[in-house]
Amino acid sequence: MLATNYRGKRRIRVDRDAPIPEIQHTQDAIIKVTRTCICGSDLHLYNGNVPDTRVGSVFGHEFVGIVSEIGNDVTNIKVGDQVIVPFNIACGECIFCEQELYASCHESNAQSTALSGIFGYSHLAGGHQGGQAEYVRVPYANVGPMVIPENMDLDDAVLLADILPTGYQAAEMGGIQKGDTVVVFGAGPVGIMAAKCAWLFGAGRVIVIDKEEYRLDFVRQYANCEVYNFLSLEDPVRFIKQITDWVGADVCIDAVGAEAAGDALQTITGRKLLLQAGSATALQWAINSVKKGGIVSVVGVYGPTGNLVPIGNVVNKGITIRAGQASVKRLLPRLIKHLQDGIINPKELITHRIPLEEAADAYRMFSGKLDYMIKPVLILPTVSL
Amino acid sequence: MNNEIKDNSHIKGWGIDADPKNDPTYPIQHRKEGPFKYERKDQKQQPITQEVLHSNERPNVSAVYGLGPEPSGLSGKLRRFAFEHGEGEFSHWIPLILADRVNAIEGVLDDLKNGKFPNIIIEKGWPAQWKHDKKGLIKKLSIYTAITVGTIWLIVRKK
Ligand SMILES: NC(=O)c1ccc[n+]([C@@H]2O[C@H](COP(=O)([O-])OP(=O)(O)OC[C@H]3O[C@@H](n4cnc5c(N)ncnc54)[C@H](O)[C@@H]3O)[C@@H](O)[C@H]2O)c1
Ligand SMILES: [Zn+2]
Ligand SMILES: [Zn+2]
Repeated sequence: MLATNYRGKRRIRVDRDAPIPEIQHTQDAIIKVTRTCICGSDLHLYNGNVPDTRVGSVFGHEFVGIVSEIGNDVTNIKVGDQVIVPFNIACGECIFCEQELYASCHESNAQSTALSGIFGYSHLAGGHQGGQAEYVRVPYANVGPMVIPENMDLDDAVLLADILPTGYQAAEMGGIQKGDTVVVFGAGPVGIMAAKCAWLFGAGRVIVIDKEEYRLDFVRQYANCEVYNFLSLEDPVRFIKQITDWVGADVCIDAVGAEAAGDALQTITGRKLLLQAGSATALQWAINSVKKGGIVSVVGVYGPTGNLVPIGNVVNKGITIRAGQASVKRLLPRLIKHLQDGIINPKELITHRIPLEEAADAYRMFSGKLDYMIKPVLILPTVSL
Repeated sequence: MNNEIKDNSHIKGWGIDADPKNDPTYPIQHRKEGPFKYERKDQKQQPITQEVLHSNERPNVSAVYGLGPEPSGLSGKLRRFAFEHGEGEFSHWIPLILADRVNAIEGVLDDLKNGKFPNIIIEKGWPAQWKHDKKGLIKKLSIYTAITVGTIWLIVRKK
C-alpha cells in the first residue's frame, strides 16, 4: 500500500509497497483511509523535535475512512461503514476513560504515562502507525470510531477528528464567561477554530494574534474577530494591555505550541538547540497578557522535557492554567450537532488538496506557510479529488 | 468579565454553550470517586510479538501498543538505555533525542545497503519550495553550501 515514511528531520518519503496492517487484537479494525490531513502537531515530529520518533514511522492522526476489516469483538462498527476516527486511542474502560478523559487513556501507550496513544505520533504516543497511508490499524474500534452521519461531507468529517474539537476544547477550557475578552495566539487551523468557538461560550470580544497576514485575513472574516500581526507590534504583551483598558485579557489561548516564532531567545534555545522542549513564546505572551486572576488555556503542543515560561508571573498574578490534548470522543456529539445546525463550517479551512504521493511537498508547504496554505488534505489515489 | 455585556447575538451560535459553572476542572465531567488504583479490566492484552519498550512508571505494556518500528542498531541500544530511566529524568529524554539523530543516519545506511539511494530533494519537499518560495530555498542552500565548503576548507587547511 501507499504510506508516508519518516526518514529523519524534515524528510518524508512515500512508499508504494508498505505492508497493509493486519488485525492484532480482537477489538481492532482496519480502516481504508479516504481523507487525511497534516496537522500543526505533525510539524513537531517533522522538525525532529519529539523524542523517540523512529525512522520508518507512518505519521497522520487526522483521518476518515471505510471499515475494511474488524476483529472478533468489534460490534459498534461494521465492514463498509464510513467512520471518523478521533486522534486519541482510548480503551473506554480505564479510570481516565471512565471520566471521559480519552486523551489520557492508560491502556494505549506503553512508552509514556503522560498521554494516551495517538495515531502516527511517534513512540512518545505509543508507536501506533498513522493515517497518512492507504490503510491504518485502529485499536479499540468499539470506542473511538464513529459512523459519519448521512449527508456529512467527508471534508467536514475529517476536521472532526482533531481540529474542530481541539479548537472547541481550547475555548471551553478558557472558562469563558459572557462578555469576556479572549485573546487567541495563533491563526492556524486550531487557533481559527478556537476563535470561532469562543463566541459559542459568550465571549464579548475575540482577538487573534499571528504573523501570517493571509491567515489573519481569513480568521477576521471566518470568526468575526479582531486581528493583529505581532510582527508590527513592538511588544505584543504591552499592546494587549493597552487595548484591554490596561488590565489584560480575561482569557488567553495558546494555539501555537512548540514552533512559536517572535522571540529570538526562545527560538534559538527551543527550536534550534533543543535546550528546551520547543519555543514557548506564545505561552509566555499568554501568561503575561492575561489579567490577574485570568485563565490561560493551552492546546499548543510542547515536548516532554521542559520549557522557559514565566512561572513566577503565574503565581504572582494568580492565574489558572488549563491544558490538554483534546478529548475528541467526548466532544463529537455536540460538535456534530453544531455542524448540522450550520453554526460551524469546518471545511472552509481547507485550502489545498494534495495527492498522498506528494506528501513531502505538502509537509514543506504547511511548515513554511507557503502558497497561502491553511489546511491541507491529502487525497488517496483510490479516491477522486 | 466586562460590566457591560456586548450584545453579540448577530454572531451565529453566540452564547449557546455558555456555562456559568465552567470551573477549572470542567473537562472532568464524569468525576469518579477515588481512591484510584491501576487495574486492568476487560481490556485484553494484545499479543506481544515485537520488542515494546515500556515506561518504568508503569508495571506493564499497555493492553494495546503500536507496531511502529522496533528499536534496532545503535539507536535501539540508546532507546533501551533511555527506558531504564523515569519519564521525569533527562537521562530518559537525552538518549532518546540522540537516538533519533543516530536513527536517521542508520536509515540512510540501510537504504544504501538495500541498493536504494535516498532522494533527499524529493523527501525534503524542495520542489514545492522551489515553486512557492525560490528565494527561501536559494538562501537555505547557499547557507548549507557555505557551511560545507567552510568545513572542508578548515579540515584541508589543518592537514
Ligand atoms: N491539544 C490538542 O489536542 C492539539 C490538537 C491539534 C493541534 N494541537 C497543537 O495546536 C498548535 C497549532 O496547530 P495548527 O494546526 O493550528 O498549527 P499551524 O502551524 O498551522 O499554526 C500555528 C500558527 O501560529 C503562528 N505563530 C507562530 N508563533 C506565534 C506567536 N508567537 N504568537 C502567535 N502566533 C504565532 C504561526 O504563524 C501559525 O499560523 C500546534 O502546537 C499543535 O501541535 C494541539
Ligand atoms: Zn492534530
Ligand atoms: Zn482508557
